[in-house]
Amino acid sequence: MPLSWALIASLLLAVAGYLIGRNRALGAAGPDVRMLHSRPTYHGVSVALTTFGPAAVIVVLALLLRMTGQIDPTTGGVAGLAVLGGAILGLGWGISRIGADFQARSAVERMVMSVLIICSLIAIATTVGIVLSLIFETGSFFQKYSWHEFFFGLEWTPRFDGNSRLGMLPLLWGTLYISFIALVVAVPIGLFAAIYLSEYASPRIRSFAKPMVELLAGIPTIVYGLFALITVGPMLRDWIAQPLGLGNSASSVLTAGLVMGIMLIPFVSSLSDDIINAVPQSLRDAALGLGSTPSETVRQVVLPAALPGIVGAVLLAASRAIGETMIVVLGAGAAATMSLNPLEAMTTITVKIVSQLTGDNDFSSPETLVAFALGLTLFVITLCLNIVALIIVRKYREQYE
Amino acid sequence: MTDMSNHASRISLFEVDPRTRRRNAAEKRFRAYGATAICIAVIALVLLVGTILRDGSGAFRQTYLSMPVALSAEKLDPKGNRDPAEMSKVLTLAYGRVLDDALDAAVAQMDTQIEGLSEKDMTGLVSKEASAQLRDRVLADPELVGQTVDVNVLVNGRIDGYFKGRVSKESAERDSNTSPQQLMLADALAEDGVLVTRFNREFITNPDASDQRPEAAGVGIAILGSLYMMLVVLFLSVPIGVAASIYLEEFAPKNRLTDIIEVNISNLAAVPSIVFGILGLAVFINFAGLPQSAPIVGGLVLTLMTLPTIIISTRAALKAVPPSIRDAALGVGASKMQSVFHHVLPLAMPGIMTGTILGLAQALGETAPLLLIGMVAFVREFPAAPPEGLFDPASALPVQVYNWTQRSDPAFVERASGAIIILLIFLLCMNLLAIFLRRKFERRW
Repeated sequence: MPLSWALIASLLLAVAGYLIGRNRALGAAGPDVRMLHSRPTYHGVSVALTTFGPAAVIVVLALLLRMTGQIDPTTGGVAGLAVLGGAILGLGWGISRIGADFQARSAVERMVMSVLIICSLIAIATTVGIVLSLIFETGSFFQKYSWHEFFFGLEWTPRFDGNSRLGMLPLLWGTLYISFIALVVAVPIGLFAAIYLSEYASPRIRSFAKPMVELLAGIPTIVYGLFALITVGPMLRDWIAQPLGLGNSASSVLTAGLVMGIMLIPFVSSLSDDIINAVPQSLRDAALGLGSTPSETVRQVVLPAALPGIVGAVLLAASRAIGETMIVVLGAGAAATMSLNPLEAMTTITVKIVSQLTGDNDFSSPETLVAFALGLTLFVITLCLNIVALIIVRKYREQYE
Repeated sequence: MTDMSNHASRISLFEVDPRTRRRNAAEKRFRAYGATAICIAVIALVLLVGTILRDGSGAFRQTYLSMPVALSAEKLDPKGNRDPAEMSKVLTLAYGRVLDDALDAAVAQMDTQIEGLSEKDMTGLVSKEASAQLRDRVLADPELVGQTVDVNVLVNGRIDGYFKGRVSKESAERDSNTSPQQLMLADALAEDGVLVTRFNREFITNPDASDQRPEAAGVGIAILGSLYMMLVVLFLSVPIGVAASIYLEEFAPKNRLTDIIEVNISNLAAVPSIVFGILGLAVFINFAGLPQSAPIVGGLVLTLMTLPTIIISTRAALKAVPPSIRDAALGVGASKMQSVFHHVLPLAMPGIMTGTILGLAQALGETAPLLLIGMVAFVREFPAAPPEGLFDPASALPVQVYNWTQRSDPAFVERASGAIIILLIFLLCMNLLAIFLRRKFERRW
């Protein structure tokens, strides 16, 4: 791969440039190094950066052109020569700038600063990439499939011979139902755990229980998924669903919801812990001083004061639950049904994104492209939840600062 | 006096009045709710880890037939010139026959004879993978032909399951892949010491195996693939993340653009991981034409996913360095850039490393985005060494787990749980390292 060789060569040139620049600067200074504006190292670094910078830019440009098919991948030799040429020109220019009066440090700092700025722009580039790739493919999906049938269709039956019904509502229903159960499990447990840890627990219990709860947060979701698949699912089926005659499927809304609830406990509890701790101690002291019991203080003073923050935390947890994939892939099933029975298998948006996009994809068929429309829907829902939650949490924080 | 006694009957210091009793009871109840919540969380954790350990520990033990095998020259090397090229024309079928003969010999030596034992029970005892393994071994060392060597042969997954309690004689009645007679034969062989169960090193080093051969499946390629992806994430997300945080925390002016960047980063941190998978599929595979199921693509996707985490923790670490350090550096004539790179950054390093390790741990366990970029593919070939190997197809630990849950043979549940144990061990090590770094180097100002 000549491009990589050219890159290595320009790295070597940059090292050589550093040494040359440093020596030239020392030479230009004459007997007294203090004549230089910047320390000799900065002169060296400035030459090295002007050598490697153009080379790196040309490499990135060549890769981009190659990806978009503007140039043939076999013309790597030309691109490599261009990289090397850029490096040599940069080297020459860098060396020519060296002199006793050259402000090498400011030059280096300007260059470093632009690297820093480019790096922080990558976050924006990621978002733009997400939005563009989603919108682009969703657009071509809606050219093949009418948008109102997608958003308001009550039936999800993809077929590979065409004639698919791709209505989103059953998936949305499954997603919301499972997330709701997860929140019903996670919010009370997480909230009470946070209250207990911050208001009641002795340091010894706290030092043991807090890491345990946080351990739950460090466990990958695939582990929860497997737990739902081989333990919780069969247990619910054998103990509850079959005796009550409510269904005989191991994967169900309740399975996925319960396990997802467990996953969200540490999320809710650590967020609420922060929020409860942010309530000023003076409020608690005042309530206790008036004779209220600790639980009355929590219920009537701390919780109302922390309420906006807790609502924000719940919204963040909801956005997590809606976007969660592995637990529902393994625990919720694949049947796109709309029913109220929590022991029935249902499916979610994320499950269908996975099932439509794994395996051989044909990016001209609506059955594959629908995954991008689902992804865009998911992205928009979670984004709205996050933004609202962040605004609430931020407002609340300012209140007591 | 009467007044006082009246008063005392209403409010006594020794007897608690009903209202206080109610309030105290409410207090106790409230406290119990909190304790219950903690207990539920801890019980859930114990159950979760406990069932995984219970189901997965079996993957680390494996049943082998340990017996002498006569590698007959006329079957394995008909031309008799020990040329590996010639010998590679002999198919695994011939090796299977050699193994069957060896098993026949071992059974003939036993004292007990099992009634109703069919030919299928005998040949079915040995794993389908065993003949391929024997063939590989002989081709690597042609001198073995003609000798009698002691080999450890994998047994069928059902027999292995019998010794791990997954298969019983009752279930064997209904199973077309095994029979009670076969299990009795296995019992007899175990008594003779031919059938042994020992530590399963191959589970950690072997590649995945097909649906019919759970006994041979391993996580070797998955571990390697995960490692490659972590390398990519480490080399990309740490420099980019630290550079971005330095700019945002130390230099960024308060303006529209930096505001947008900040909101952006906190939102990216909460975008569902599967959306990053869609991004990877659309941009890196469809647009840029990178190969499917390659660690480089997985690494790039995970980099974009962990960047917000790393940026947030790095900014917290930078913020924790007191302004007096910066002021002192500026006061003795350092430039802003020098004060950051020479003083603030080194002091923030422990915090940055802790955040980085936790970000990597999160990336290691991530599954959903990798499903979309084709990491679910069945891979038997080990990827080459980096950097070329980054473009070879590979698997990843969490994806391998998902893959195995989709197979029909229940023996793969054990394998999946075993793979999770390995994953959890890696995560535990990373978290312990992070805690160690925090304890050792963190400074309170």
